[in-house]
Amino acid sequence: MTELRAQLSEWRAAVERALPPWWSKGLAAVVLVIGVVLPFITGSQSGFLNGTIVAVAYAVMSLGLNVVVGMAGLLDLGYVAFYAFGAYCMGWFGSAFFFGVHVHVGVAPTLSHAIGIHLNIVLVLIAAVVVCAVAGMIIGLPTLRLRGDYIAIVTLAFGEIIGVLAVNGQSIHVGGGMTLTAGNLGISAIDPPWFPGTGSFSLLDLRPWYWLIFSILLIVLFVNVRVRDSRLGRAWVALREDEVAAVSMGIPLVKTKLMAYAIGAAFGGMSGAFLGAYVTEVNAGQFQFGFSVFIVAMVVVGGIGSIWGALVGGLLLGYINNYLIPDVLNDLPSRFGLHFQLTSVSFGIFGFLLVLVMVVRPQGLFPERRRTLEMTGEVAAMDAELGTEPEAGNTI
Amino acid sequence: MNVTEAAAADATVPAGAPILAAAGITKRFGGLTAVNDVSFDIPARSIVSLIGPNGAGKTTFFNMLTGLIRPTEGRITFEGRNITRSRPDVITSRGMARTFQNIRLFGAMTAVENVMVGHHSRMKAGVFGAVFRPPWVVKEERQTTDRARELLGYVGLKKADFDRLAIHLPYGDQRRVEIARALASEPQLLLLDEPTAGMNPHESAALADFMRRLRADLNLTILLIEHDMKVVMGVSERVTVLNYGSRLAEGTPAEVRANPAVIEAYLGKEG
Repeated sequence: MTELRAQLSEWRAAVERALPPWWSKGLAAVVLVIGVVLPFITGSQSGFLNGTIVAVAYAVMSLGLNVVVGMAGLLDLGYVAFYAFGAYCMGWFGSAFFFGVHVHVGVAPTLSHAIGIHLNIVLVLIAAVVVCAVAGMIIGLPTLRLRGDYIAIVTLAFGEIIGVLAVNGQSIHVGGGMTLTAGNLGISAIDPPWFPGTGSFSLLDLRPWYWLIFSILLIVLFVNVRVRDSRLGRAWVALREDEVAAVSMGIPLVKTKLMAYAIGAAFGGMSGAFLGAYVTEVNAGQFQFGFSVFIVAMVVVGGIGSIWGALVGGLLLGYINNYLIPDVLNDLPSRFGLHFQLTSVSFGIFGFLLVLVMVVRPQGLFPERRRTLEMTGEVAAMDAELGTEPEAGNTI
Repeated sequence: MNVTEAAAADATVPAGAPILAAAGITKRFGGLTAVNDVSFDIPARSIVSLIGPNGAGKTTFFNMLTGLIRPTEGRITFEGRNITRSRPDVITSRGMARTFQNIRLFGAMTAVENVMVGHHSRMKAGVFGAVFRPPWVVKEERQTTDRARELLGYVGLKKADFDRLAIHLPYGDQRRVEIARALASEPQLLLLDEPTAGMNPHESAALADFMRRLRADLNLTILLIEHDMKVVMGVSERVTVLNYGSRLAEGTPAEVRANPAVIEAYLGKEG
């Protein structure tokens, strides 16, 4: 096994030597071009394009969670809360749900006299970013004094609270006979995105939807890379590796951690708002704990802390969930004479994949260099050798 | 501007006046009094040592000065400002930096990155600066990198090791990087927690010389916790002895060495 690995890494090194130095940039350009022209290849209404749109939206969430879990090292099991906040922003500001008010900003002319709040999707996305960033900080606050697993438990609870709030929001009155959410009935008839020149998006032509979420993905990727390679990104790594040393070097613990929660949440909100519009409904039943775990699985499968890993993990699980299982392999069990559909065991399949990755490649598909070091125990071994300082360690 | 000029321009406290004053510091962990009513002044531009047998409360005292733990009683003033209840990062930005008894570098970061983290409190870029990267942020990053390399050179790390991961550096070099990281925060007061731990006598002597050079070049005040009496007696102007959390003695190295109470604490009472 070790010989095989050595052989593999030797081959990889040989391949890397053979490639010109600009190969990674070249590859990125090729992927970008394929990403842009993809809908022309798939057709405007295929199940594959539908799966792609949702997978890209999942990848955006995966990238958001990666900021919190991967870069800052704070295990967040309540990320579904930001999906919910984003989707509700879309529901609140892009439907007739708040029927007592009339607000229209930059929407299709056909909507200009409709009741409710109707904002352009760009404004809704901005609102989702702001709402989720604030919500992320509020959820992050009680976890600041906690470490590791305890953070996971608190965030998990918050995710559940938001889910319950979404269900019971139909009993929370905000005046004028209007309620906060529509609970399990769902807020429906959500405005499709509209831009001058393109008109309203239609579910009969999925290409504009794809380009919209693809643009969001590019923005999120750009922000991710820039933030990782900045003062803030360094501060996160430092806090993740040694909190005591990091604060002693002048890194403000509260501000830096809250920033991770806020940025991560903002990306989840963007994706949530988009998905709210795409599925044309915001239903409290969408925001289950299982979805939080699903997004964590994307990050873990891709490689914790790695931007490209989170991207690939999100796309991979997104495709499996929204294309491979329902469209391609769904009737697989019946071919073997079994009477169930593959969609009914999809979480079992994800669980199996997660276990498989943990056994075969615990650092994920595209691991981050530092994380690999941390996980292969080299750093941990050093820490153990040097011992820790209990006096200082217990007080932060 | 090189390292020396930058620090000289920062010196705000006149030589001789106390840069740090700790008055009546007490720390109790439950029923255990780790530090008991210790008062302690550090004159600016001096090298001062804190010594004592194991478990005397030296590191606890250090942690209170740097804000990692809060004293139960007492008051700490740094450059005339009360920092008793300040957060560690605030204290660092005021101009106090430290190293750790057990080296606490960020193992999976390179030497340069470690030192760049030390410069955090002197940088301004926030989220928007990071994302849009305006010219001033680019400049700030470049200056921080340059300065980190300069400091690593100053503490004597080989150029070839600058971009190696901290865990892959030999022990002595890790100590150097830790000092460079502390210096990157542009401190006026540098706190070294047992810097010669694990060093041979030759290396310890070199470190003592280095401390004097630090003070001369960077206008620094240095507080030292140390077990190596040769280093302590050779380099410090004043020595404070802690025993069982209380101050046992204070004075010049010669006075402390001659103090019967100190001898008793270290060697035990005769007969």
